[in-house]
Amino acid sequence: MSVLLNLKGLTKAYPGVVANDDVSMVIKSGEVHALLGENGAGKSTLVKMIYGLVKPDSGTMEFSGAAFAPAEPRAARAAGVAMVFQHFSLFDALDVAENIALGMENPPKMRDLAQKITEVSNAYGLPLDPSRLIGDLSAGERQRVEIIRCLLQNPKLLIMDEPTSVLTPQEVDILFKTLEKLRSEGTSILYISHKLEEIRRLCDTATILRLGKNVGTCNPRIETARAMAEMMVGEVLHVPERKPHAQTDVALELRSLSIPSPSAFGTSLKDISFNVHRGEVLGIGGVAGNGQDELTGALSGELKSPAGQMMFAGKDVGNLGPNARRQIGLLAAPEERLGHAAAPDMSLTENAVLTGTVRKSLAQNGFVNWGAARDFAQEVIDGFDVRTPGTHTVARALSGGNLQKYVIGREILQKPEVMVVNQPTWGVDAAAAAAIRQALLDLAAEGAAIIVISQDLDELMEISDRFAALNEGRLSPPVPAAGLTVDQIGLMMGGAHDLEPMHE
Amino acid sequence: MDLSAISPTLLLASLMVAATPIILAATGELIVEKSGVLNLGVEGMMIVGAICGFAIAVESGSPTLGFIAAATGGALLSLIFGFLTQVLLSNQVATGLALTLFGLGLSSMLGQSYVGIRPPATEKLDIPFLSDIPFIGPILFNQDIIVYVTLALVIGTWAVLKFTRAGLILRAVGENHDAAHALGYKVVRVRLMAIAFGGACAGLGGAYLSLVRVPQWTEGMTAGAGWIALAIVVFGAWRPFRVLLGAYLFGGVTVLQLNLQAAGVAIPVEYLSMSPYLITIAVLVIMSSGKAKAALSAPGCLGRIFHASS
Repeated sequence: MSVLLNLKGLTKAYPGVVANDDVSMVIKSGEVHALLGENGAGKSTLVKMIYGLVKPDSGTMEFSGAAFAPAEPRAARAAGVAMVFQHFSLFDALDVAENIALGMENPPKMRDLAQKITEVSNAYGLPLDPSRLIGDLSAGERQRVEIIRCLLQNPKLLIMDEPTSVLTPQEVDILFKTLEKLRSEGTSILYISHKLEEIRRLCDTATILRLGKNVGTCNPRIETARAMAEMMVGEVLHVPERKPHAQTDVALELRSLSIPSPSAFGTSLKDISFNVHRGEVLGIGGVAGNGQDELTGALSGELKSPAGQMMFAGKDVGNLGPNARRQIGLLAAPEERLGHAAAPDMSLTENAVLTGTVRKSLAQNGFVNWGAARDFAQEVIDGFDVRTPGTHTVARALSGGNLQKYVIGREILQKPEVMVVNQPTWGVDAAAAAAIRQALLDLAAEGAAIIVISQDLDELMEISDRFAALNEGRLSPPVPAAGLTVDQIGLMMGGAHDLEPMHE
Repeated sequence: MDLSAISPTLLLASLMVAATPIILAATGELIVEKSGVLNLGVEGMMIVGAICGFAIAVESGSPTLGFIAAATGGALLSLIFGFLTQVLLSNQVATGLALTLFGLGLSSMLGQSYVGIRPPATEKLDIPFLSDIPFIGPILFNQDIIVYVTLALVIGTWAVLKFTRAGLILRAVGENHDAAHALGYKVVRVRLMAIAFGGACAGLGGAYLSLVRVPQWTEGMTAGAGWIALAIVVFGAWRPFRVLLGAYLFGGVTVLQLNLQAAGVAIPVEYLSMSPYLITIAVLVIMSSGKAKAALSAPGCLGRIFHASS
């Protein structure tokens, strides 16, 4: 196979951090090349340089044998590089055809474009209606819009940044079939992910980045997942262990909870019933945007529930606000670390006061006891190995993993009876993720009931006692997590959203 | 009291004139807000346009030069706002309010020697034959050229936003500036152009007040027209023809209440004077209320600061 893209010694530094340090790699024509690495390893920076969004400080690129230094994405697209972004670059209030036109250099007339979208999307088994608004589409359908946008330009190299993080297992199958068809047509694919099993299934070659450096290239079909994981992390991984413990009485019960979503593009909760026992971890899976935020809000008290639908220790708590729920021991850590779980520009001490006042008695007669607040913040920092200069540091200055350890630790140290966490390890490096999972399991072992809402199925399988899935605001009945197969989980998550697999 | 003295023909003809400054300013602001920028300085840009246009028209004797100067003055003032908010990333609300205060002060300083002068008259475009049609003729075909330019501007704005690539890019930048940046569009440049366009339109609207509608220069003569234009854009759900409708409603009630005052209706003058503001807002609120669609039509990044992270 001939060489399509040749990177030589690319270096890019930002103030305080070297994102890419002398990275060289080769992508051949017609191969699926995996780019592996933890969060912050420099994967995104590297592909942004290839796509012309970032200029390298030093180093050169060659594309199809010619020197390649795109000054902007337009130039990269013209050369034949297309990219599907991790956080979709789509516009909610515009329709599918308009979104696709925005990503093209010389779009045809709207009517011709709509027809072409229908043709190409059917040819690749990703059917799309060009006149629908993006805001009404599911995450899987949005990704299809991005892929079709790329395919319409006949790219030589397709870059995909974490494409499966928002898909059900069935949707992943459809995507992989499409990618394999592209490969057979001679298109190269640069596939960024940290999901090792997927890479072993799909990719021909893998390049692994750690702390901005290329630490090796391997054939993922031969290498074991564990060996690649340890190349990524650079150390031996610690697997969370579960201590045996008794599950006793019901701590929290939801009875046909139905709440309309407060936002226009949100998902309303419909008829959700489950109970969770003391000492139990209930895992709730599902693709993003199926009601996770609304369910977290309903459990934390940000959304009030109708009477009789939420029972805590036999009492109706649906009408209580967040502080009243904290008082009785129902605590929550929402998904968005900066801005929801923590105030970005306030210090760790101040952030400790924000949720800890009630249970840790950090205020008397309206006056904050700053000494006690600092002690509490320090306790969290020590107890959860949060790497930070001190309690005076603002939340924004912490890395994602450290801040996540802090906000989870802050709730755990308040000794909750019921703990709700949404995406506890999203964007967190493997070592910190393992620590957070271990802390949740320890909390359950001490007799707390834990509800983990997550899109990471591996994580849910690792720590859950029972599993349920959210699909368009409805919750499947919880079943024991041990022994569940990927297919069963996929069906609980709503299968492939009524998509047919590709017709050959 | 003699209501029969109010001629419907004259009323409708002067409605068009009364609405024109509002339409101009509101259409400009609509483009600015569609690009995701909230410029609260409309009132200030209008009054600076009013004095620039007035001064140049008086000095040169040509209303055309006056209108050109007004558009230039408004655009220049708006670019101060553009520089502060897009380059120095200052807060749009505070900067816009400051722009209004600055514009009011600047205009009264520039206008000191122009108080009490009559500007050269802007000629009416007397379209042959058409203007002789009874009733419709005087309303539609016997106006000055700016009225027609304004109507063309509204139609043009609608067509550009709906059908052209430039309009699509403008909406995309306002809807999600991060995504637009990732696709390689120049967010700041698009917004600066939109801001300058909005300033030019507001300036024209101001000059129309001082050169045609009133016509003379007095301090603070815009009297809240810029704020009404802002309100009309929001309650008109960022749609050009709804904005036109809102402006005509406001112009119509303004003209009507003036006629009612002249006819000596037994309603206190204060209530009549406030009626255009109250009625316009009330009608537009009712039109845009109760629908999730209204929230949908607001540009997704309206008023948010764009900082290219990569």
